[in-house]
Amino acid sequence: MARLGPSVREAVLRVGAGELSCEEHVASRLERMPRMDRDVHAFLHVAGEQAVLAARELDQKVKRGEKVGRLAGIMIAIKDNICVDGMPATCASKILEGFQPRYDATVVERVRREGAIIVGKTNMDEFAMGNTTTTGAFGPTRNPWNLERVAGGSSGGSAAAVAGGMTTLALGTDTGGSVRCPASYCSIFGLKPTYGAVSRFGVIPYANSLEQVGAFARHADDLRLLFEVISGHDRRDSTSARERGTVEPPAMKGLKVARIREFFGEGINERVRERVLDASSKLEELGATVEEVSISSLGYALAAYYIVAMAEASSNLSRYDGVRYGASLEKGSADWNAAFAKTRTDCFGAEVKRRILLGTFVLSAGYYEAYYLKAQRARSLLRSAFSRAFKKYDLLLGPTMPTLPPKVGERMTPLEDYLADVNTVPANLTGVPSVSVPAGFADGLPVGMQLMATHFAEETLFRVAGAYEEVTA
Amino acid sequence: MSVKIGLEIHCQLTTLRTKLFCPCSSDYRDKEPNQLVCPVCFGVPGTLPVLNARAVEYAIRIGAALNCKTASETSFYRKNYFYPDLPKGFQISQYDKAGGMPIAYDGYVQLERKKFRVRRIQLEEDPGKLTYEGTIEKSSYSLVDYNRAGIALVEIVTEPDFESAKEAKVFLEKLRSTVEALGVSDGELEGAMRCDANVSVDEGGRVEIKNISSFKEVEKALNYEILRQSTFTKSSDNHVNETRHWDERRSITISLRLKEGEQDYRYFPEPDLPAVVLSEEFVERVRVETPEVPEARANRYVRDYSLTAQVAMELSRNAALSRLFEETVAIHRNGPDVANWITGESRAEVQKTLMGPGRETLPRRLAELLAMISQGKMTRVQAKEVFRGMLAKGESASSLAGQVGGVVTDEVVIGEIVGRVLRESGAEEARTNPKAFNYLVGQVLRAERRADPRVVAKLLRQKLEPGDNS
Repeated sequence: MARLGPSVREAVLRVGAGELSCEEHVASRLERMPRMDRDVHAFLHVAGEQAVLAARELDQKVKRGEKVGRLAGIMIAIKDNICVDGMPATCASKILEGFQPRYDATVVERVRREGAIIVGKTNMDEFAMGNTTTTGAFGPTRNPWNLERVAGGSSGGSAAAVAGGMTTLALGTDTGGSVRCPASYCSIFGLKPTYGAVSRFGVIPYANSLEQVGAFARHADDLRLLFEVISGHDRRDSTSARERGTVEPPAMKGLKVARIREFFGEGINERVRERVLDASSKLEELGATVEEVSISSLGYALAAYYIVAMAEASSNLSRYDGVRYGASLEKGSADWNAAFAKTRTDCFGAEVKRRILLGTFVLSAGYYEAYYLKAQRARSLLRSAFSRAFKKYDLLLGPTMPTLPPKVGERMTPLEDYLADVNTVPANLTGVPSVSVPAGFADGLPVGMQLMATHFAEETLFRVAGAYEEVTA
Repeated sequence: MSVKIGLEIHCQLTTLRTKLFCPCSSDYRDKEPNQLVCPVCFGVPGTLPVLNARAVEYAIRIGAALNCKTASETSFYRKNYFYPDLPKGFQISQYDKAGGMPIAYDGYVQLERKKFRVRRIQLEEDPGKLTYEGTIEKSSYSLVDYNRAGIALVEIVTEPDFESAKEAKVFLEKLRSTVEALGVSDGELEGAMRCDANVSVDEGGRVEIKNISSFKEVEKALNYEILRQSTFTKSSDNHVNETRHWDERRSITISLRLKEGEQDYRYFPEPDLPAVVLSEEFVERVRVETPEVPEARANRYVRDYSLTAQVAMELSRNAALSRLFEETVAIHRNGPDVANWITGESRAEVQKTLMGPGRETLPRRLAELLAMISQGKMTRVQAKEVFRGMLAKGESASSLAGQVGGVVTDEVVIGEIVGRVLRESGAEEARTNPKAFNYLVGQVLRAERRADPRVVAKLLRQKLEPGDNS
């Protein structure tokens, strides 16, 4: 496992100075990829030719003495629900098999502009609905640390590709923890930015009001760099935030951290609790003051999250009818309604169907008030509780996942499965930024610590994660 | 018999030139199918809508013209249903329940002595269009054209205040001239204004008639439906709520579905579009920039140019004629004179000219013509001929004046004609009756169209003086 290795900034400097042939570097890593990914199955599509071509162009640019971008020559993997011009975008679903968008998502455009080399599209839970990367139509992704275990999800392919050394950076999406969960399970850094900090243009939506494009890296500073590249206003996304002045983040000494009591309560694995409490003590050693607080409205978070997410999903996924792209309608159907139903029945997986049905239900006449509106009220309750907490504290702390990565194929009821998201969904409901930081191992399996900061205070997260990384790595 | 009719009008913002949530052209008429589409209006996964700010301004204009209140904050909702012409599986629309707020609401339109209330005005996107081989029933497949998908529609919903088909028709015509005057839509374009109507007779069931393609058809459809329902009233079977389709070819309505199992559209707030705050300053600026509606303009014409109410309204109803009038009267400052020439017997040719290349210069040319008349360089009869020539050929009045010859003022020449006319028609009545006098003037002008009418009148008067027997 490549936990260490040079930082992205160092590598970019070497590329810019012409000390390193990008083409050779990319080609040799791509050559090793099939063997490395045989068991892990992080990638759904490897863009070998395009990657080598891009690396060659970059080398020529360096030879001509031109300035290179902030991610020059750095390999990056893209989750399969983010559109890359000329590459498939299946969302790990049969219903989008064969779909190749002819445009770049804004985040893709931005990493390309900075010279990053896109190596391929990564595996995920179907339409990002899950936390295991086993619900997709094209097979599960396995954890590089332990192939019997899941890599987490839904951006499991991206996390496993970074942890397994197949790429330096990766992009994922986080709707209810889909970046932080696999980052935690794969022992790397994962960021869910502030809602509106990163453009969603080109991201195939699961639940629009909750999700953000997130980043994976092996170092806290790499995470910061990738975030700096992908963030910023985009006029193609009306929910993207206007530029804002940077606030000076607090110093490590005197940093005020709140350990959330609810995150350490019922259902948590004892060994996970120990590791995260250790990590919390480390922050104290670094000069932070850590207090325990309770936020009672967190009790509504999981229910509110699933209602909102499923409602939005049921509508987002209506467009997959087989008329325009992806799976096609069968000829000779009696009417279009029957044809739509057939396509959707055949091509959506079980979890996707479950969420479409539940989402349709909660939006139906007579239930809308009881579920959807009530969930929105719970969401605003939680938002005010968080903004009160951030008046007092710089960071909220807890385990990213309450348990260790489960085994691939382990039988769980949907409810057990949903419960695993209990610590990650609050950041999505409230829109605050959150990172998962590697916090050691328990029973040989990775544990992640989650830190949340107030809106647009990503820099605080990077500083603390970086300081912690320095003393623990 | 009591009749209650409510209208729901969908008006395309044709002058916007682009679609509601993407920069695609909205000029879809007579275009190849599926050419005016982009990833956004085609519903390609990952694309996001971006609201056209001008569409919001246009909706506010319509709201203001229909005396509506403007919302201080408005938001978009998703209306979910499956249909092949709907690229996203939902339509982005607005909603007036569950906390939703349309752009404008609670307005009215005054027609003569009656007020018709407007419930709400909102923005939404048009779906695409399905075409069939032959008829819907017989076609073995359907084709979808997404050129229309995403075009900005303003939906105008009235209260059920109309008591006859005639009232509904008058309202719709007024609405059409209003949106034209506001510069937001060309209602004459096929499909630019579409109407659904709710009808109930004698407190019976509410019947919605869909798919009425033109306003002419609305009156027919409503009259048919009123007759149909009043017949049912007698047979007491009119308490069903249903949706009916207007079959233009057969001129009847056909039942589509009963309303009991009404479709649930599962409205919820569109998460990709934040609520739009309509600040007082913004709304005020839109109001200031809004072109005046026909009534306001007609009132101004009566006040400032001494036009009769009828002529003023005739001009005001048509944006192009109004512009011609105002530009001409700015040069030739005789309002009634200018108005009479524009709305007179050559009105059709005037309107045709205003659609063509001669449009720009017409005010100047017309003003020149009127000046020549008042300076006595041309008679009115001659001027009519020149005017027609001007409109057809795009030339100036002065260059055509030569072709109709000069004005004859020679009293000897005219005197001869006057004498002849008096001999043929007799003079007795013309001495006391002005109509008979004018008739004689006309007779002289018919014999010599270049004759200066003032000279003709003078000579006639002289010859009719008692005692002159020459």
